[in-house]
Amino acid sequence: MMKQGDTISAIATPQGQGAIGIIRLSGPNAINIGEQLFHGKPLSGQKSHTLHFGTIRKGSRIIDEVVISLFKGPHSYTGEDVIEISCHGSNFILQEILQYTYELGARPAEPGEFTLRAFLNGKMDLSQAEAVADLIASSSEASHKLAMQQMRGGFSNRLQQLREELVHFASMIELELDFSEEDVEFANREQLIELVQNIQKVLQQLMQSFKLGNVLKNGVATVIAGRPNAGKSTLLNALLQEERAIVSDIPGTTRDTIEELINIDGVLFRLIDTAGIRDASDKIEAIGVGKTMEQIKRSALVVYLFDMSALSPEELQADVAKLEAEVPVIVIGNKKDLVSTESIKAFAALYPDMITISSLHLDNIEAVNHALLAQVHADNWQAESTIVTNARHVDVLRRAHEGLDNVLLGIDHQVSGEFLALDIRSALDALGEITGEITTDDLLGNIFSKFCIGK
Amino acid sequence: MFPTYDVIVVGGGHAGSEAAAAAANMGAKTLLVTMNMQTIGQMSCNPAMGGVAKGQIVREIDALGGYSGIVSDRSAIQFRMLNRSKGPAMWSPRTQNDRMLFAQEWRTMLEQTPNLDFWQEMVKGIVVKDGAVVGVRTGMGHEIPGKSVVLTNGTFLNGIIHIGEKQFGGGRVGEKAATGITEQLVELGFESGRMKTGTPPRIDGRSLDYSKMEEQPGDDDPQTFSFSPDSQPMSHHRPCHITYTNPDVHDILKTGFEQSPMFTGRIQGIGPRYCPSIEDKIDRFAERNRHQIFVEPEGWHTVEVYVNGFSTSLPEEVQYKALQKIPGFEQAKMFRPGYAIEYDYFPPTQLQHTLETKLVRNLFFAGQINGTTGYEEAGCQGMLAGINAVRNVREEAPVIIDRSQGYMGVLIDDLINKGTDEPYRMFTSRAEYRILLRQDNADLRLSHIGHKLGLLSDERMALVTAKEENTQAIISWMRQYSVDPNEVNGLLEAQGTAPLKQKVKLISLVSRPQISITDLRALPAVAEALKDYPRDHVEQAEIQIKYDRYIQKEQEMVERMQKLENVPLLESFNYRELKGLSAEAAEKLSTIKPHSLGQASRISGVSPADISILMVHLNR
Repeated sequence: MMKQGDTISAIATPQGQGAIGIIRLSGPNAINIGEQLFHGKPLSGQKSHTLHFGTIRKGSRIIDEVVISLFKGPHSYTGEDVIEISCHGSNFILQEILQYTYELGARPAEPGEFTLRAFLNGKMDLSQAEAVADLIASSSEASHKLAMQQMRGGFSNRLQQLREELVHFASMIELELDFSEEDVEFANREQLIELVQNIQKVLQQLMQSFKLGNVLKNGVATVIAGRPNAGKSTLLNALLQEERAIVSDIPGTTRDTIEELINIDGVLFRLIDTAGIRDASDKIEAIGVGKTMEQIKRSALVVYLFDMSALSPEELQADVAKLEAEVPVIVIGNKKDLVSTESIKAFAALYPDMITISSLHLDNIEAVNHALLAQVHADNWQAESTIVTNARHVDVLRRAHEGLDNVLLGIDHQVSGEFLALDIRSALDALGEITGEITTDDLLGNIFSKFCIGK
Repeated sequence: MFPTYDVIVVGGGHAGSEAAAAAANMGAKTLLVTMNMQTIGQMSCNPAMGGVAKGQIVREIDALGGYSGIVSDRSAIQFRMLNRSKGPAMWSPRTQNDRMLFAQEWRTMLEQTPNLDFWQEMVKGIVVKDGAVVGVRTGMGHEIPGKSVVLTNGTFLNGIIHIGEKQFGGGRVGEKAATGITEQLVELGFESGRMKTGTPPRIDGRSLDYSKMEEQPGDDDPQTFSFSPDSQPMSHHRPCHITYTNPDVHDILKTGFEQSPMFTGRIQGIGPRYCPSIEDKIDRFAERNRHQIFVEPEGWHTVEVYVNGFSTSLPEEVQYKALQKIPGFEQAKMFRPGYAIEYDYFPPTQLQHTLETKLVRNLFFAGQINGTTGYEEAGCQGMLAGINAVRNVREEAPVIIDRSQGYMGVLIDDLINKGTDEPYRMFTSRAEYRILLRQDNADLRLSHIGHKLGLLSDERMALVTAKEENTQAIISWMRQYSVDPNEVNGLLEAQGTAPLKQKVKLISLVSRPQISITDLRALPAVAEALKDYPRDHVEQAEIQIKYDRYIQKEQEMVERMQKLENVPLLESFNYRELKGLSAEAAEKLSTIKPHSLGQASRISGVSPADISILMVHLNR
């Protein structure tokens, strides 16, 4: 909040999925950033208060079709140039576009910052502003809580440790600058390079874990596939009834799938009910099948459900092969009340881990829950490793990484310590947004405690 | 007997002398009161000025029109530019000085300053009327009327000197302590504390064997602190010497630990961590079997030497015996032992940016009374206190140097916002914009302020303007002049940098770390274009070109911060009634009463969220 005058960006729609999501940018570069990510009419030439349809592309890949609303300062909510990107409400898409705006130079908005800017630009009266102050106070508390939650899983520990090493090096550099006359050791550049590269490696891992973190945060995408009338919807309802933990109930971005969020022992699953797979003769169904195959490609897990009374083991095998799934497939035989033990054995001979249920009678649904959880644990998604789930943190990590890039560049150019210190500082400042600020006094304290200096 | 003075300065050390000079040079009727006129401008500790970060401050004082730079140049016995191997922001001028000559030059310069009177006596208290100071009261019972008072009492307030188990009152060894002022100020509501510092023994140079030490000569091309053309580089110098302690020395010192006032707890005050006594070094860094000792001559003509690095308050016999074990010191004779001194200070959070106290109007504090250490730190505070005392009396706007303008701005801003619980010394790392705050551009940063105040002559200002213009002229010429590969590739390869494939602007070659303008003078066109510019103007252009990326970066940081600095906060603001502020922030803000949002953001305990809440409530 200290840095007015730059461009901020955030998701403006409430958390959780909606049909439409909005990302809002405000600041001098808002329109410019919009123009870089938007394929459609050039935004800079457009009038204020206009809507523009086009696509968001990264390279040649289309992220989403969007509508951009353009507001030029001072006639906007914040009084600055503002654009609002309306896209499909998938959390995944929203995060991807948001990340993209950061890459193009926007920074994550602080809690209440849009409103704060609005107030500072004279767009609100004092009583409205009072409410904003409350908002900031409470959301800074909320974000603190969030940060505390992030601390679990070792994120903070890992960063803390890195930061300490960096602080130590920063102190060594300060030592050779401020106490060059003294009989002290100096910062070894080779070691610094090694440390910086190590830190960058960890930062990179953390940044990559963001994608995984997102999966966990937004639910493990689990496609429920099967022939029409295999009982997919019944199974879905059974799972939901069993858990009674519906987070939201929304139509997906494709017309033919239904998504439901369920929480099994703290792990969020996004169950995607699909159109049935079979040799589609008519066109409309072919489209549905195509969508299903696409869903499977994007999923992390596939549940294949079949009617044991309607399929032969050979047909089952053929069906599962047709999924072309590169992710684990949980095979579930439905309607066990309708078939003999013999035929169940015939299926189980092919798929030993197969679960048999009766979705209608809610029989053995618990086993499905266990199987889903087992897959997640088997994949070690929730292993001890640190997972970054917050877009702001990714941004911070990226800035720290950038600062360290400059440190390496500086060492390469053999620049003097004060220039390295400037870049180390910016990396430390970035990390400090998560782990707490480092002050000059901290550096000096470190120097005085570790080195004997002073005439 | 006394007229009403505009400014009364109490104390004649580095702070007091600069304060008196600044006030008088601004045309104010000024009185310097000191306990002893023989010790005006006394160097109480080491006989040197400047050094890393401190040298920058001396140049800043000089750029504003203060005397420290000129006095140091005139009394220098050695000049060195420290940190030459680092970037230009780290280059730091330092002189060894003739202690007696230094004080004499100060006295002479002050005596030649118009509007300045002197009075030798101890000040026992200030006279306060309706919340404002109106004069000082002396030991002999005089009341000297003054519209403002600058207190620069150094280590004299209730000073206690410790040597082993002996302790006695004094402001420096052999000089009386000052009493009365602390007690009165505490009664007026000021908070006071104790600090401690120390000094090493002085030795008879005739008894030392320098052949056992390393010589540390001055620079071959000495410069000056002062930007004034009257200050000339010295033509000859005296060297310093380096030697080391060893386990034998440490063992002897340890025999005195039981009588050490530091270790027995007799000294209550907090000493500086970066300037520990030798006993402290041995105690805290037991794994080190040697410590560096600088043997510094005290002047051109005296045999007295200063044993820098051997500050101690152990019993004098222990000091003496330990010294004998240092290589070169086997026959050492001591002139006087080292000692520790404890003194009163007033936590500087009780001050405004002008160094005026918040409690009593027109009363200013400068120097060690504010918890700082160092001649340079004291001098710059004295200067700004003197300037602002005059501005106050004249009801003119205060003069505040901000953190991006000078180390003196960093110093004062740190003091009043963060306070200090150990003697505060300047380090370059304390300045967030240190690449901008260089010794080479102190004049470009500050001289316009000194000139406007009447402290810097038109002639000196004209030199600064010329430097500014020439620097820009050189840069723009280099920006438009193209060099041909044939012309320059030989030179580039000789310097180990990539040859050109096509014509480039000269400026891009200067940006290369391996290439200096001096190298490029080999090109006839360059030599011709630069031939009439003084060396320091070319150097200035080179620095600005070479370090452009970093300079730009810090400038952006400054601009960002400036936006917060420009949001004023009223003193009457009731922080405790603000919903949403953390309790700690409300408390700190109420005590410090910051003048701007920027200042508020630097107060420890005030978080960014608190700043946001303040922004919201500022009814703009």
